[in-house]
Amino acid sequence: MTRLRLGLAILLLLALAAAAAPFVAGALGHDPFAPDLLVRFEPPSAAHPLGTDDLGRDILTRLLYGARVSLAVGLAAALAATVIGTAAGVFAAWRGGAADALVMRLADFMLALPALPLLVLLAAADPSRIGLPARGEATGDVLRIVVILALFGWIGVARLARAAALTTLSRDHVRAARALGATEARVLCRHVLPALLPPVAVATALAVAGAILAESTLSFLGLGISPPAPSWGNMLANAQELVFSAPWAAVWPGLAIMVTVAGCTLVADGLRGRRRGG
Amino acid sequence: MLLTRVLQIALTLAILSFCAFALIALMPGDPIEVAIAGDPRLTAEDAARLRALHGLDRPFPERYLAWATGLLQGEFGYSRLFAQPVAALLGPALLSTVALAGSALTIALALGIALGALSASRPRTAPAVDAIAVMGQAMPTFWLGILLIIAFAVTLGWLPAGGVAEAGAGLHYLVLPVATLAIAHLAAYARHSAASLEATLTEPWIRTARARGAPERIVLWRHAFPNAALPVLQIAALDAGALAGGALVTETVFARPGMGKLLYDAVMGNDTNLALVALLLVALVTMLATLAADLAQRALDPRLRER
Repeated sequence: MTRLRLGLAILLLLALAAAAAPFVAGALGHDPFAPDLLVRFEPPSAAHPLGTDDLGRDILTRLLYGARVSLAVGLAAALAATVIGTAAGVFAAWRGGAADALVMRLADFMLALPALPLLVLLAAADPSRIGLPARGEATGDVLRIVVILALFGWIGVARLARAAALTTLSRDHVRAARALGATEARVLCRHVLPALLPPVAVATALAVAGAILAESTLSFLGLGISPPAPSWGNMLANAQELVFSAPWAAVWPGLAIMVTVAGCTLVADGLRGRRRGG
Repeated sequence: MLLTRVLQIALTLAILSFCAFALIALMPGDPIEVAIAGDPRLTAEDAARLRALHGLDRPFPERYLAWATGLLQGEFGYSRLFAQPVAALLGPALLSTVALAGSALTIALALGIALGALSASRPRTAPAVDAIAVMGQAMPTFWLGILLIIAFAVTLGWLPAGGVAEAGAGLHYLVLPVATLAIAHLAAYARHSAASLEATLTEPWIRTARARGAPERIVLWRHAFPNAALPVLQIAALDAGALAGGALVTETVFARPGMGKLLYDAVMGNDTNLALVALLLVALVTMLATLAADLAQRALDPRLRER
């Protein structure tokens, strides 16, 4: 249980830090978006605890605002993946036959392919051609990345949910409920869904970790959240260009990603009740 | 089994090629629009003539069929971005990526298994190995690459920050990219080999071997390891796709002209034809790697062959 507590403590701290972003910005008197060219490449100091970047923006405030974007994208993508995955997995287990085969073949198809090259191609597609906001708009970017990540994230959840649903559906209490005349909807909602909670919770925690890593990778590649909106990934893309002039800029966003993902992994491990592996 | 798998790979590629071709239609700017932007003297009639010349005015299914037939006949087309035939770009890029991913995978497996064995045989080291593994899995590959560049290229100046040698093997250009990709992947192998070895070490035949007086080193590597290695191999087989993604990121960070960077540059430069062919090739190689790992596993584990 210590793993679960440690992971939850990490995630709680991060959520608090993200929530505190405006207060920290106010206390330090920095705007995370406005360039201040007189203080470019400042090393860490009292006024700029983590230094400044190439446009003189305070790295700490950008990091905290970036936490909001990265955490929001990770959570939203994982939740969407969980909902779609659970629905698909339960549907496949419940209907069986051709529906089951169709869902599982689709999952196998997507699992066989290299995910990141496909994500790159998907993220580069122009959403304005089908009437969605164009790339580069803050809210549109977040939505676009969430949709793309959910498109890949549902598979892991669906496989776990299907396996658990199959086991539950063959249990005696489900047969008893059916014999007593329970409708299929009632069987699924009252008997199957609650039994899915433990495996799906683990899958969701892992999905959050995967989504945050994937978002940061896409933003790093310039295909995710576009500047000036800060995200940990695009801050690192900027930092790579500054390795000679401001090497400290590269440390913090990466550390933030690592701590967040490790927190999610610890929560998943703790929920699974296993010490390691799996 | 082999025939089914090969057919599955062919079918997957066919579906992927169709989906990707359809998606490309959504990418910003068709080639002619790019040409117009580059040369303001082009008139609307010129654009229409160019579209007709390149077949861009034909309906979508017809364009897809023409393109797919060409691919099957070995006509990979031309890269607008590099002004070269696509076929000439693929060979060197693929070689570069195979060298990078192959050496990284070998090192990751060796170090990962060594760490796992350390953790399983010396329980006092287990928490440290575990912490390394959790952090390694949580660390974004590109960040690790940047940190290595800052440490070994910027601060110490021992190794180049990126690129490839203009002549010769240029092994020192490979060190940091291979290290990045290997560290990113060894965490999973360490975790799984530790778990697998720990489970195997509680088996009755291990107790028998110890009771016979076999030294602990023999028990670990001769008795436990061959059995514990199979799940690790299975993870390695599932990892082929992740390795392809990791290679894309690593090649981008270190400006190495491999398949991943080729695909990324093609996508960023609106070179749709190159992007499609590169994606299909990456997918094909990934699936072949998974198949090879599965076959190796089958060869090593007689229990799988009987099924």
